[in-house]
Amino acid sequence: MRVADEPVVLGIETSCDETGIGIVRGSTLLSDAIASSVDEHARFGGVVPEVASRAHLEAMVPTLERACRESGVALRDVDAIAVTSGPGLTGALLVGVASAKALALSLGRPVYGVNHLAAHVAADRLEHGPLPEPCMALLVSGGHSSLLLVEDVTSGVEQLGSTIDDAAGEAFDKVARLLGLPFPGGPHIDREARAGDPAYVEFPRGLTSGRDMERHRFDFSFSGLKTAVARWVEARERDGEPVPVADVAASFQEAVCDVLARKAVDACRRRGVDDLLIGGGVAANSRLRAMTEERAGRHGIRVRVPRPALCTDNGAMVAALGAELVSRGRSPSALDLPVDSTMPITEIVA
Amino acid sequence: MLMLAFDTATPAITVALHDGWATLSEHHTVDASRHGELLAPAIAHVLESAGATREDLTGVAVGVGPGPFTGLRVGLATARTFGAVLGVPVHGVCTLDVVALATEVSGPFLVATNARRKEVYCASYADRETRVGGPEVARPADVASPLPVAGEGAALYPEHFPSAVAPEYPSAAVLAEAAVRRTVPLLEPVPLYLRRPDVAEPGARKPVL
Ligand SMILES: Nc1ncnc2c1ncn2[C@@H]1O[C@H](COP(=O)(O)OP(=O)(O)O)[C@@H](O)[C@H]1O
Repeated sequence: MRVADEPVVLGIETSCDETGIGIVRGSTLLSDAIASSVDEHARFGGVVPEVASRAHLEAMVPTLERACRESGVALRDVDAIAVTSGPGLTGALLVGVASAKALALSLGRPVYGVNHLAAHVAADRLEHGPLPEPCMALLVSGGHSSLLLVEDVTSGVEQLGSTIDDAAGEAFDKVARLLGLPFPGGPHIDREARAGDPAYVEFPRGLTSGRDMERHRFDFSFSGLKTAVARWVEARERDGEPVPVADVAASFQEAVCDVLARKAVDACRRRGVDDLLIGGGVAANSRLRAMTEERAGRHGIRVRVPRPALCTDNGAMVAALGAELVSRGRSPSALDLPVDSTMPITEIVA
Repeated sequence: MLMLAFDTATPAITVALHDGWATLSEHHTVDASRHGELLAPAIAHVLESAGATREDLTGVAVGVGPGPFTGLRVGLATARTFGAVLGVPVHGVCTLDVVALATEVSGPFLVATNARRKEVYCASYADRETRVGGPEVARPADVASPLPVAGEGAALYPEHFPSAVAPEYPSAAVLAEAAVRRTVPLLEPVPLYLRRPDVAEPGARKPVL
């Protein structure tokens, strides 16, 4: 395909606390503008939906203008609009979807309401080119932890497993809080852990025992791990002993990464897939990446991880999925497109 | 001139197109939970039935509430995006003023709309075009009045507002007319939330044992 024929797509992401607007031409990233309300949530120790929704409304037009300016693309040259229509926070999603429809109406272009998780997978097109088909995707963020078998990111994604309680990023955030580290805790644990001993405490690996492996082979559970860390820390505090933050962080991180890497590689081997993609905010974790690459390498499995800015929530990934949908001739959404806070991964376009 | 007007700060999704002389087309639906779905098709409908295109628009007028946040933001996000894309001004109008303009009372009256949680959004008027108090969010008992009361609040709380008058909901045709003729104050397209977000700062960590 000639470059000039590749669709220019503007993508909008507002499923949680980042207002993201990205513009792509095919699989070329033109701009990726982000405004985050994370600082407003920090003192609450988690994302407050109404605070996030208000921030999206305020950030929308300025972020749109920035995305256009940085891409050098005029809005009239945009061929289609893509927007996350689920899963996510309803009130937050609605701001993005309303803006996307207004763009579609005022530009006379189609709008695609797309699945947030599929967009995380499509993000890697912008970094490493077309996705191998099939590929396995391990998506780990503050809101999600899933293992997906991706035959075609525009139509065929099968969920092999997901968390049955907390998301991996949520576990990082909660344990960080326990250790007195700021929100969001993932990057702080990552940093502390570098100076710690990962074998200091042997924390439990959720859903890896024989019985659980029968029913939950590719599912995750991090809530027991979080409780185990809390118990351990409280026992120390009760005895009036200092908590070795770096060692606890390293041991906790080791347990999370061990389970994620183990199950992801197992899924690849079980389904005969040679490419493993990691996405979502937790993909930025240095230990997860190193451990997965090492274990996957032993079985000839290639690991792809986009750069951190494309791993966390952003608009460019939504645009990347939109461009793939346009290229493959998929039908756009209707103007009465709803948001769906629990949109299943079997639904790529609403 | 061609003004696109809409309001989503009450259960009504109301849209109209006005050419400076008269309303060309309008569309009105009541569905408290589907603003996000219904607004865009309603806009497409009013443009189409007036034979107008998006390039013809010279301004947007939007109800800025007060009203339930989720629906309110659908209208504001839509209006601001239209304004940014088309490069036309976006005017905000207090939703209670739009209700007030359509009343047929002479003399003072109130407008009260549903603020949920057993409260109302309320304002008082000397006449249709003159707001003298509010808008505020209040418990009906605290703003109870024998005066005529327009808006859904009167129907919801007859014990506090015994003299209900029409209309129950704002009309975008009235909103468009007000923006064109500037019969009410034109505001920035900024939502009148009147309430802080519900948030609870986490307390001290609870032991798990
Ligand atoms: N280096 C890291 N190690 C572990 N977790 C991380 C790291 N960087 C970010 N995270 C976690 O990623 C999550 C944010 O991911 P993001 O994709 O923005 O998703 P969401 O919006 O679903 O929370 C947070 O829980 C954060 O703690």
